[in-house]
Amino acid sequence: MLPTPDLSHLKKKDYEYIYEPAEDTFLFLDAFEDEVPFLKELQPTISLEVGSGSGCVTAFVGKILGESSCLKYCTDINPKAARATLGTAKQNQLTVDVIETHLTDALLPRLQGQIDLMYFNPPYVLTPSEEVGSHSVEASWAGGIDGREVIDEFLPYVKRLLSPKGAFYMVVVNENKPDDIREIMKQDGFESSIVKTRLAGREKLFILKFVRSST
Amino acid sequence: MLQCHVKGCDANNFPLELQEVVLEQEEAEFNEDFLKNMLGKLEYEALVATSLKLDIHDLPATMPEDAAYNDEFLQILHRVILETHIKSGKMVCPNCQHIYNIRDGIPNMLLAEHEV
Repeated sequence: MLPTPDLSHLKKKDYEYIYEPAEDTFLFLDAFEDEVPFLKELQPTISLEVGSGSGCVTAFVGKILGESSCLKYCTDINPKAARATLGTAKQNQLTVDVIETHLTDALLPRLQGQIDLMYFNPPYVLTPSEEVGSHSVEASWAGGIDGREVIDEFLPYVKRLLSPKGAFYMVVVNENKPDDIREIMKQDGFESSIVKTRLAGREKLFILKFVRSST
Repeated sequence: MLQCHVKGCDANNFPLELQEVVLEQEEAEFNEDFLKNMLGKLEYEALVATSLKLDIHDLPATMPEDAAYNDEFLQILHRVILETHIKSGKMVCPNCQHIYNIRDGIPNMLLAEHEV
């Protein structure tokens, strides 16, 4: 079993401003652990975590990929989260490039078709629409109607950013209608699978994986 | 790799021009396979132009034809793209002059509502 990244530099007070790793984060880590053989085979040159928050997942994936094997990008709209990600990378002897931006705004068109590995634990919680769009900790969970507002905004970018061999992983809950998301992505030419699923309290979590259809 | 994304600013907006930059060098493990894979993804001209602005004169003006097997070149590339980090500074769009700040090693690419 791979160790969970060292987050000891983040204190209780930091988690007032950034998302504290929870069940969804840990399921994401478990999914990547299952995917180690695939990731080693994929050998990504450029990776990107959208909304990297504490940086826990990126540090974990970074360890799998190895230090200098990949240019690792992270984005977050929350300046405190962006700094936490950088700190977590450092704490775990990794180098990442963090950019403060909304989703992947600043990365297109330059990184079009260049990203071999992309992953996103989106704000998936069902909330009123007005709660979407914050630049603070709410941005990590407030997902609007069906918890889908940010997810749906982001999905069209997957086909633009991913390289031909690229893979995209995303956390969702049952209320987000995973089958519906998979259907949307199918229209964009992606085949999908469920890497992991878990019941955490009232949440039924899924880790979805998308790769371009071979046909 | 970043480009201005202010609404309507869609020409001559890359590379962003670096100003008042504070650099930081940090050692990183040399990985030949990674560098070879990067060759196809690099916008080499932009990289050279940006490096020159930062007073890094080591990169040749054009990528050597034998880049993938040129150890000296790969070593320079390694130093520039993996070991050189911008601690702080500004990135200015050559077209619309929009300024993006870099603080604590993190570029802030967020735009105000009217710029999106």
